[in-house]
Amino acid sequence: MLFRIIKRTDLTGTQAVMFRTAAVFLALLTSSVFIIILGNNPFEVYASMLEGSFGSVYGIKETIIKTIPLVITSLGIAVAFKMKFWNIGAEGQIFMGAFAASYFALNHADIPRPALLVIMAAAGFLVGGLWALIPAIFKAQFGTNETLFTLMMNYIALKWVTYLQYGPWKDPGANGFPKIANFHDNAILPKVFGVHIGWIIAIVLIVIMYVFIHHTKRGFEISVIGESENTARYAGMNVKKIIITSILISGGICGLTGMIQASAVNNTLAVEVTGGVGYMAIITTWLAQLSAPVILLVSFLFAVLVQGGAYIQTAFQIPQSVASIIQGMILFFVLGSEFFIQYKLILNKSILKKEAKGGI
Amino acid sequence: MDFALLFAYAVHAGTPLLFATLGEMVTEKSGNLNLGVEGMMLMGAVMGFQVGIATSNPLLAVVGAAAAGALGGLIFAFLTVTLRANQVVSGLALTIFGTGFAGFFGQKLTGKIVPGPITTFFGEAKVPLLSDIPFVGKILFAQNLFVYFGYVAAIALGVYLFHTRKGLNLRAVGENPAAADASGINISLYKYTHILLGGALCGLGGAYLSLVYVPTWKENITAGRGWIAVALVIFTTWSPYRAIIGSYLFGCLDIIGFRIQDLKIKVSPYIIDMLPYIVTIVVLVFISMRKSKENAPPKGLGNPYFREDR
Amino acid sequence: MNKQAFIQIKDITKTFGSVVANKDISLTVYKGEIHALLGENGSGKSTLMNVLSGIYSPDSGSIFIDGKEVRFSSPKDSIELGIGMIHQHFKLVDVFTAKENIIAGQSGSFFVGSKKLSKQIKQISEKFGLDIDPDKKIYNMSVGEKQTVEILKVLYRGANILILDEPTAVLTPLEVEKLFKIMKNMKEAGCAVIIITHKMHEVMEISDRITVLRKGETIGTVDKKDTTPKQLTEMMVGRHIDLSIKRVETTGKEPILKVQNLTVLDEEKVKALNDVSFELSKGEILGVAGVAGSGQKELCEAIAGLYPVADGNILYEGEDIVGKNPREIIKKGISMSFIPEDRLGMGLVASMDMVDNLILKDYQNQKGLLIDRAPVKQKAEMLIKKLDIRTPGIHHPVKQLSGGNIQKVLLGREIESNPHLLITAYPVRGLDIGASYTIYDLLNEQKAKDVAILYIGEDLDVLLELCDRIMVLCDGKLIGIVDAKTATKEQLGLMMAGEEMEQEKGVESVV
Repeated sequence: MLFRIIKRTDLTGTQAVMFRTAAVFLALLTSSVFIIILGNNPFEVYASMLEGSFGSVYGIKETIIKTIPLVITSLGIAVAFKMKFWNIGAEGQIFMGAFAASYFALNHADIPRPALLVIMAAAGFLVGGLWALIPAIFKAQFGTNETLFTLMMNYIALKWVTYLQYGPWKDPGANGFPKIANFHDNAILPKVFGVHIGWIIAIVLIVIMYVFIHHTKRGFEISVIGESENTARYAGMNVKKIIITSILISGGICGLTGMIQASAVNNTLAVEVTGGVGYMAIITTWLAQLSAPVILLVSFLFAVLVQGGAYIQTAFQIPQSVASIIQGMILFFVLGSEFFIQYKLILNKSILKKEAKGGI
Repeated sequence: MDFALLFAYAVHAGTPLLFATLGEMVTEKSGNLNLGVEGMMLMGAVMGFQVGIATSNPLLAVVGAAAAGALGGLIFAFLTVTLRANQVVSGLALTIFGTGFAGFFGQKLTGKIVPGPITTFFGEAKVPLLSDIPFVGKILFAQNLFVYFGYVAAIALGVYLFHTRKGLNLRAVGENPAAADASGINISLYKYTHILLGGALCGLGGAYLSLVYVPTWKENITAGRGWIAVALVIFTTWSPYRAIIGSYLFGCLDIIGFRIQDLKIKVSPYIIDMLPYIVTIVVLVFISMRKSKENAPPKGLGNPYFREDR
Repeated sequence: MNKQAFIQIKDITKTFGSVVANKDISLTVYKGEIHALLGENGSGKSTLMNVLSGIYSPDSGSIFIDGKEVRFSSPKDSIELGIGMIHQHFKLVDVFTAKENIIAGQSGSFFVGSKKLSKQIKQISEKFGLDIDPDKKIYNMSVGEKQTVEILKVLYRGANILILDEPTAVLTPLEVEKLFKIMKNMKEAGCAVIIITHKMHEVMEISDRITVLRKGETIGTVDKKDTTPKQLTEMMVGRHIDLSIKRVETTGKEPILKVQNLTVLDEEKVKALNDVSFELSKGEILGVAGVAGSGQKELCEAIAGLYPVADGNILYEGEDIVGKNPREIIKKGISMSFIPEDRLGMGLVASMDMVDNLILKDYQNQKGLLIDRAPVKQKAEMLIKKLDIRTPGIHHPVKQLSGGNIQKVLLGREIESNPHLLITAYPVRGLDIGASYTIYDLLNEQKAKDVAILYIGEDLDVLLELCDRIMVLCDGKLIGIVDAKTATKEQLGLMMAGEEMEQEKGVESVV
């Protein structure tokens, strides 16, 4: 082998950021090929994506609305990932949170608005948390693979909501159209500065999660367990108990996303309530290295991509799928760049020397 | 209700699942968990359809689909094997990319219909004698060539995995890469080739949908079947033989929803839709509870291998 | 003996990060000889053999087989040249049968014909007197059987260079005898056999020549017929050097820890500690000597409540603490500190800063949900000054500090908790001389404060000068406890190899 691969220990934070930024630019460069095939100018397309996200009050609002669920869900996932519990069940937890919140919204609309909203949020948090708890208990007890388990739980949740939408909760007043009745105004989150209050919740949660991870005992314990269960046991921590309660929090936060989306965005429960946020958030969480403030940044960038993608469809008749390709490309390149952040290639000097000697 | 006809249709509906399941299975056997099945199926579906429209040649269409799926596998392999990226995140990214890829190439295909020569080629082709077996013959041997190819692929994969040297080596790589490495097995080569093979099989699953099952082009033609395939790999406990039965069973569950009313059973079809995932969880839990060494996920699943890590 | 150099290793250097595992090592092995590689733990034996079998690629140096220079980019290359290595930690696929493990990676017919291969394997195993069922699954096998499979795997490939890494550790005497017979058979057949071991009697019994490694460097190669166990031990441990570590004299003789008939089982249900009993008094440093894996780790972890105890008692100030988990032990106010061997894997959280690592053991004593780091920050600053810890700051990740400074953080944390009993495993491993002395001084300071110290060490010179008494473990058994003032290095070396010394002077009886 011409190269030896060794672990890096010398990389500074700034350099790591530079690597990742370079990866994003390379991805945009590669995506340009697709755009050129379509006969468009990539620079124009990228510029108009930005315009779609920031060019109008509507665009900015939409971008923020798309950022909110990504941020909140990512915060929830980060708690689980911090413990190396590979929870990819956020999608299901969002569904179940939305389901629990909807139950109160549809059946108890007579409760005063603030109280109802609090009850909905609490129900969403609790049911989302319990949904995540099921695989966690099996993981703790039998070592059942949590990645595959949580993945299956997503589909059960999806089918459950589908069942409700097409079955018992179908709105009789919708002329046979399979949809659940819209929420009463009491069950809809208020707007602040033109965007639903979810943005405040997201910001508050970022602060809370930052404090939780960095300044509470439980947060400290989670960090230690994620690094080494041996150390945690050495320090006298009850590893199982900590994992289980933390997963409850992780799933709960994802469930809260479900409540917010159902209440403020869809105004009802529907199979579209997650919009794939549960999967997208896994990626944003990973790219943000589980850090709460960075999650805000990465989620925002992804929301820009989604919103910009929707805009270029109308502006250029470029299919929205181009945005998916760009997203995929960015992911590939950023994931790949991690290798160069963690390892470095060293030229095998002995081989070179040898060849210099042997090769006339 | 004609059960033979129902089951025959279940085999038809289960065939794309079978290909995708085999693809994910062979990938997982190499120790890599590729959650990009949905993406690779979509890539295969759109490329198969595109080539089919362009050439009207069924074989070229199928080869194109396999190549597109393998391309998805190649991206995944490069990220996870060479660059040691996280497998779950890479797989999800591949699904996003594949969805975009299919949408991109498929935008001009929407509503188009598979050319006649291909439809004829994949029309019903009864197997002489075997199709005359009562009941079973009608279910299994009055199908199309693509379905028969599914049987062959599953059995061939089973033989390959459990009765050949290469299959043995592959399983060693997935179970214990360090041991395989010390035995002189080229880990990266095995991972690459089998992730690519897996991608090609997923691509074929997609092609069955676009060329035979639907057979027109529509957005999101796979409709979550890639994820069912991930479940099926667990449900059939990593055995290609059981994958045949499992896929047709899940195929049956897929189509039974519409027909359940005929059976006068008062269960919502949407609850039936849940069954595949519930039984998969039960199987998963059961495997872990028994602490069985057999029928368990490959031990090295999900972990990158780096020889000099210590 | 055919005097043609078969394997020639020249100036191999291999580093892992900042650790130099092999430094310019050279080794020559002839055809038809059994060559023993002797050295203490961490002397670089296994690393060297991993280089020879293609698992590690060296930073520099060259390897010649049969006079031709070779370069391995993977184990495959080395297998093709007839090199077969039997690893200390078996490299077998658990769910495979013996046969499947043996043929994995081998070229041959496309299909694996079941019966023919089984027969072939049976033939080889009978020829070498190995007893194995080819169709038995590895997970159903005993450790000895697993090793047999490893050996068969190598023999099946027709290896003419056989490397065995500590092969006898897990075998019964009968199995050892069989193994030696196989090795001799291979020697007769003109193969080269390299055996890594630390058991002196085995070296003397089986080998033709012996190369001794110490701290990653070659000390020398000797013919067996020209040497004695005593000389080998000396080469292995080095001549006695006067380190001038002062021994603090204390008067206290009040026992604080009594270990009675302690037995623990490892994952394979093998006794990792076998009926060990000893006492430790206040103001005493009790050294523990023994080759790696003799039960030191299990002893420490059992006392700290981290390892399940199968039998026996551990009395701390008269109270039995067996069965209590670490948290209960901390809660009970037992001031015991365990400084584990694995600094960054158990004692410290590698990616966290000094403050978080200092808070690790006592955050549970804080009230409320929040963690208050302010007092710990002061403590960290204080420790940096007191122990002269070189760090860019208290918020720098500990993994980026040098080994000595990491150790100071760990030791500093434990000492700050004012323990009555301090358990410390290999506290100076990987440290330079200066840093090591700081650690010895710290321990002596504690001893002067009447703290009882259990010191697990590997450098015999240090053990002899620092400790009051030294107990020697071998294969989980307590071989004896000697007075450090009168004992000698050679005596310890022989005891570590399992030679009972009870009749000799200076050994306390241990029952």
